[in-house]
Amino acid sequence: MSKFKKQKKGLPAISTASLPDIVFMLLFFFMVSTTMRETDLKIIQPTLPKAHNTKKLEHKNLVSTVYIGKSINESIDGDVIQLNDKIARVSDVKNFIFANREQLLEEEIPFMTTLFKVDVGSKVGTVADIKRELREIDALKISYAATPEND
Amino acid sequence: MAKRNIPEINAGSMADIAFLLLIFFLVASTMEVDGGIARKLPQKQPPNQAPPPKLKEKNVLQIAINRKDRLLVEGDQLVQVKDIKQLAIDFIDNGGGEGNKGVGNCDYCKGAKSDASSDHPNKAVISLKSDRGTSYGAFIAVHDALGQAYTELRNRVSKERYGKSYEALIKQQKSDKSQKLKDKIQTIKDLYPEIISEVEPTATGN
Repeated sequence: MSKFKKQKKGLPAISTASLPDIVFMLLFFFMVSTTMRETDLKIIQPTLPKAHNTKKLEHKNLVSTVYIGKSINESIDGDVIQLNDKIARVSDVKNFIFANREQLLEEEIPFMTTLFKVDVGSKVGTVADIKRELREIDALKISYAATPEND
Repeated sequence: MAKRNIPEINAGSMADIAFLLLIFFLVASTMEVDGGIARKLPQKQPPNQAPPPKLKEKNVLQIAINRKDRLLVEGDQLVQVKDIKQLAIDFIDNGGGEGNKGVGNCDYCKGAKSDASSDHPNKAVISLKSDRGTSYGAFIAVHDALGQAYTELRNRVSKERYGKSYEALIKQQKSDKSQKLKDKIQTIKDLYPEIISEVEPTATGN
C-alpha cells in the first residue's frame, strides 16, 4: 500500500544542484577572457572610426590611452582630452607618458604605444598638438584606435 | 524508530551567489582587444640640424585634406577617399628607376614605369597634409586607404615569392615563432616599406 502512495506524490523536484556549477563555469570563462574597465569616461563615449587595416595591441601594460571627444558637460564646447580619469590639457600629456614610463622596465620603453581613442567628429588639430608633445619626449609609437571592418 | 534522513545541505542559493558574481564581471569588464592603425612619429630634429635633402618631386605623392574634408592629390586633382587606394598603388608600384641603397631597378613592380611617378617603392614617399579643422574620421579614412594599398602590394609580392599572402604570414606568426617566418615577413616589408609622412597641419581651421 505504501508503495502506491509514494508514486502518487507526483514528479520529484528537478535537482538544481548542478546549476551553480554551470554558472561558475560561465563566471570563470568571463573572468579569464575579459579585461577590467580601467577608466571612467569623462567624455561622451567616442565613436571610433572604421578601418580595414587595423593591428591588435597585445600588451596592455605598454599602452597609454588618450581619449579625445566631446565633454559630458554640455557647457564645455569643443574637443576635450582625457588622460586617466581626468580631463586634461595638451601640456599634461608629457607628464602622463612619464608617469606610465615609471612603471615599466628600461628595455620596455621603446615598445610603449600611445593609443588615440578619438571620436570621428573631432578635429585633427587636437590630435596634432598631442603628437607634437609626444615627439618631444620620444614617445614615437602611436596607434589610431579604430573598429575593424571586414568585407 | 526515527527516520534516518540525512538532511541535505541546501545548495539553492549557491546559484544566486554565482549569478551575482557573473553579472558583476559582465558589467565591469570589457571583451574587446584594442585595435588600431599603427604609425610611427618622426624623431625630433635638433634645432641646428641641416634641413633634410630635398626629395625629387616625382617621388612624393602629396595628399591634402582641407577643413571641409575634401581631398586634393598632387595639388591639382580633386579625388574621393575610395580613389586614394588605387592612386597610392599606382604611385608606389610605378618602379620607374633605381631605388635607394643600390637595389637597382624594381623587378617586382607591376606599375606603368612612367618617368613622372616614383622611382622605386623604397623611395616613394606619401605625404599627408591636413588642416587643423579636418575631421578625424576623414583623416583616418585616408590613413586606412593608404594602409590597404601597402597591404595589397605586399600580399601580391608575398604570394609570388612564398605562395601565401602577407596577411596569412602575419596570422601564421601567432603560432609559429620561427626566425625563418620572421625573415620572410621582414623581406616583404622591405620590398614595400611604408613611408608615410604627416605634415604639420595648417592652422586655418576653426
